[in-house]
Amino acid sequence: MNTFVQQIINFLQLGSIYALCALSFTMVYGVARLVNFAHGSIFGVSMYVLFFASTYLFNVIESTWLVYVISLVISCIVTSLIALLLERVAYTPLRNAPKVAVVVSSVGAGMVIEYLILNIAGSKALRMPSLIPNIKFDLLGVSVPLYKFMIIIIAIITMVVLNIVIKKTKLGIAMRAVSQDRVAAGFMGIQTSKVVSASFVFGAIIAAVAASLYGTAYSIFAYDVGESIIWWSFIAAVLGGIGSINGAVLGGYIIGAISVLAPIILPVSSYKDIVAFAVLIIVLLVKPTGLLGKKGIEKI
Amino acid sequence: MTQKKNKTNGKGTIFWQVAGVSVFALILVLVKELGLVSTSVLLILQYVGIYSILALGINIVNGYLGVFSLAHAGFMAIGAYVSATLSKYVFMNDWMFIISIFLGGIAALLVGILVAIPSFKTKGDYLAIITLGFSLIIQSVLQNANFVGASQGLNNIPKFTNIYWVFGCLGVAVILVDRFIHSKYGRSLKAIREDQTASMLVSVDVRRIKTIAFALSAFLIGVSGALISHLLGYTSPSAYGFTNIVDGLVMVYLGGMGSIIGSIFGSTAWQLIVQLLKNLGTWRWVVGGGLLVVVMIFLPKGVFGYMELKDIGHKVKGFFNGSKHREDQ
Repeated sequence: MNTFVQQIINFLQLGSIYALCALSFTMVYGVARLVNFAHGSIFGVSMYVLFFASTYLFNVIESTWLVYVISLVISCIVTSLIALLLERVAYTPLRNAPKVAVVVSSVGAGMVIEYLILNIAGSKALRMPSLIPNIKFDLLGVSVPLYKFMIIIIAIITMVVLNIVIKKTKLGIAMRAVSQDRVAAGFMGIQTSKVVSASFVFGAIIAAVAASLYGTAYSIFAYDVGESIIWWSFIAAVLGGIGSINGAVLGGYIIGAISVLAPIILPVSSYKDIVAFAVLIIVLLVKPTGLLGKKGIEKI
Repeated sequence: MTQKKNKTNGKGTIFWQVAGVSVFALILVLVKELGLVSTSVLLILQYVGIYSILALGINIVNGYLGVFSLAHAGFMAIGAYVSATLSKYVFMNDWMFIISIFLGGIAALLVGILVAIPSFKTKGDYLAIITLGFSLIIQSVLQNANFVGASQGLNNIPKFTNIYWVFGCLGVAVILVDRFIHSKYGRSLKAIREDQTASMLVSVDVRRIKTIAFALSAFLIGVSGALISHLLGYTSPSAYGFTNIVDGLVMVYLGGMGSIIGSIFGSTAWQLIVQLLKNLGTWRWVVGGGLLVVVMIFLPKGVFGYMELKDIGHKVKGFFNGSKHREDQ
């Protein structure tokens, strides 16, 4: 029972992080229809900004919560600015180019950002200061640290807010319109290029939130932190169905479940990748558009 | 257009090919035997050759067939491991290297036929994910397989690879790809790239063609894996991960899709960038990445996108003659 509860919490924690990462990835993916390979570097940037901001702020401010909120806001702003710059430099000039050109230019842009981080901040692994007070709870006889709850709660709040924004606000409706048909959306008076920029900003903000949660959960990170994150979010987003918000969340939780379950069931923990990909391939062979792709599900 | 030219100048082309190959071989012999270049340059040349074979292989599926596949890391790993194991335990002589290269390629080819199956139904990014999954599954399997050294990989592989083997294989690969894309199959390949449904309507056997394309692509990639493992003397699963996938894509798309000379140019350029900027330390990746962005902005199809040298020649001639005749892809 004890281990069961623990595993459930681990699953929710990991799944929430993956889901948020997949969401941040799917924002640009869904609206602009391009695989943003530089997204992992955006994630890395937000991680480093958060680290430096919070380390500095801990000298000034006592309250952990306040530090968390302020450094998260700083990280969101910086990350959004970099994402906007990225869009201007590496994507806007390629709007009418073939898709692969954008893929390569995003790979290049990602390399630039990643190795700029390496050269500025060094290759040493860093340790994120704990951003959430170290309190432990008792849940069904298992002592669970507060941060695990907070990760799950913050992730869910972010998803709900995002869903409301996409469904109810004018910007969200415009984003869905551009996602469905860019040309037609332009005819309806939507400024498509601004909507695409907005999707980059949204993606960056969610990535910053996800990075803060990742930093809380795993604390140690280095300059290449975003590299594997980006592939797993790509996988989660595709598993759920490209451009579908709910699909990305579902995909994220499925990947989380596999990562937690596979080491328990299988003899060697590194078989988890094999299982994840086997599931993925089977799903895509049966339903070639992902779990929630098409079929009247809204696409952002 | 290319077709017509090939038919009319058939004999002349072969003559020039033979002449080119012999001149090239002569240069190689001079370079290697007379020690005209330093060992490090020789090494870079071998890298260029090996990665050109890899890029050619990727280009068949990603360029000519127009399918966004990420399976090359997996094929390369299979080629490397199979050939390395063979030459470690079975074909231990120098001259038998050709057999282990060939068998490494064949092993990759057989797996390539399997990987082609998902491409019948799924498309675009979904297929990209499936092929990515294949590559990473191969990597995971190798990491856990004790008989090939698990995550340590294979060591003490005989270093059979030298510049003759590399450029010999590259020559064969170029001729193979050239013949293939100018054959009936190659034309079907391009037809599928332009419009799959339409090509089915004119009775192109899409499944068969896709299988053949994947098989040939996997074979070439497997051969490049075999060469690189015998060049370095060791191989490990970590070499066939994300970095390898991205490297391969960059070389193909930098040089240009659907072009033999593009593949060679792309891998040469990328290897040169990586090697020449070595003095910059880690800054070289910043510079290299920036270069990629700039090239893509100004040449979105890659440097030689869907063009060969002779097409470029025509373009230049047309430019100087002031002809208004426009070249289409």
